[in-house]
Amino acid sequence: CISYKPFSLPEQLVGTDESQQQQLAEAILKEKKTFKINIHVATSLPLPAERDHIRPRIDLIAFMINMQSKHSLRNVEASLSHMDANFFLGKVCFLITGVGRMNHCSVEMNAVRKLGNLYCSPVLFCELDSEGIRVATAQRLLRMLQICAGHMPGVSALFFSSLMKSSIDE
Amino acid sequence: MDETVAEYIRRTVLKIPRHEIMEMLTMWEFLSKTQLQTINVHQIKEKISQEVVELCEVITSIVNDNHTYRNKKVWTVYQMTKAAGEETDSFNLADFKYKFKRSLRSALKNVTINFREYEDNAIWIRIAWGTQYTKPNQYKATYVVYHSQTPYVFISSLRSSLPLLCQALVHASSYHDIHEMELRSRCIDSLKDIVFKRYSQTFQTYHPRPLQERNVAPEKVDPRIIQENKREKERIQRVNQEVFGEGLQPKIEFAQYKLETMFKGEPEMDILTEKEPFRCVVKFSSPHLLEALKSLAPAGMADAPLSPLLTCIPQKARNYFKIKERKGILSASCLGP
Repeated sequence: CISYKPFSLPEQLVGTDESQQQQLAEAILKEKKTFKINIHVATSLPLPAERDHIRPRIDLIAFMINMQSKHSLRNVEASLSHMDANFFLGKVCFLITGVGRMNHCSVEMNAVRKLGNLYCSPVLFCELDSEGIRVATAQRLLRMLQICAGHMPGVSALFFSSLMKSSIDE
Repeated sequence: MDETVAEYIRRTVLKIPRHEIMEMLTMWEFLSKTQLQTINVHQIKEKISQEVVELCEVITSIVNDNHTYRNKKVWTVYQMTKAAGEETDSFNLADFKYKFKRSLRSALKNVTINFREYEDNAIWIRIAWGTQYTKPNQYKATYVVYHSQTPYVFISSLRSSLPLLCQALVHASSYHDIHEMELRSRCIDSLKDIVFKRYSQTFQTYHPRPLQERNVAPEKVDPRIIQENKREKERIQRVNQEVFGEGLQPKIEFAQYKLETMFKGEPEMDILTEKEPFRCVVKFSSPHLLEALKSLAPAGMADAPLSPLLTCIPQKARNYFKIKERKGILSASCLGP
């Protein structure tokens, strides 16, 4: 008989599009779960120092990049340099939006893939404007969050990076 | 004008006895005295009715155009200047009209000129151009809006004959010279906002506009969602407000920057870093450009404050710029057109 203790799992969404962040955060909170979750929304890192003392340990960071805005890519790149290396052991992922309209993309696919490879973190393409995809993304993030927080017995966040290796690389 | 209306007018004129035509037309109060005088009641009735219909069409097109085309055609702003030391005479409308007509007609016989005055001191002039051998084309008329208390003229749909028109305007209004401002838009009211209030500090609009609704409605914020960068967002809002002001921005659709600057690239790209400037044109377009620029920083698509090249548009009363190098530092020296 397994019982879940209500835990608070903080997750961080970093990106420049506030309305998209808000929508995704709400979608995540709507999902049924047995643990408590807090979502910190930020435009960039580092986070403002004055809130450090009240901020809990962050379990998962999702960087949001809009393919139609070079500004959002540069913002994420700048934020990455401020991060503790420990996070890159499976606790970081990239959410890429705006791929659906190729004509309006000002960020190259290669740039995004390179980012994922460089930081050994999964890259998830999601058109967050669509509700179905938003819900699916929310579910994925929740699943990842559970693993990152150590709630899945036998599964650790380190597994994420091994999933990313392609068999051709070896 | 509606086909059925035209037909109705034609039949009515044909039906009534010749000696009653003038009386009826006067009663309609639609055509002016001068226009009525041009109708020859001694010709055959078909010809009379034809003339009446044509005159009515011209009038209705002026009324329609004012309302429908007000915001459909592209308007260019011109400024008239006086010679040094010249005094501003008091404006006389009849005098202006007379001089304007005489000036245009002396150069071009086939031209239709109509005036209409509005309450806000605006004079709308509609000009249909013909050539030496052809009648004026009523479908491609030029509109000129002149506010007699100001040196500004707004002109739309001008294909040729610009020098003729400028000469007529300057002569009729007793100014010395006229030049084109680098300011164009489809919304003439916004152009008026920009030029008439250009020296006011807080951006007041000439037309009373409804206060812009703030799109931050009091939402129920889930306490589980924590905004980390509230301070930064507030700073952006504040900066935006300082730069753009409170109210709705004037409506323009384009901003164009002609760059004549040196290419700045990697040192290896020797080919391009030559003495010749790298010419290119950057054009911003939007149904409502200034509002779009205002929303960039709050939407997270640009840093605040925006480049002054973009935000100076209302103050400088121009949306077409030429940018040249200045001693190796890139800056907008807004030199003449």
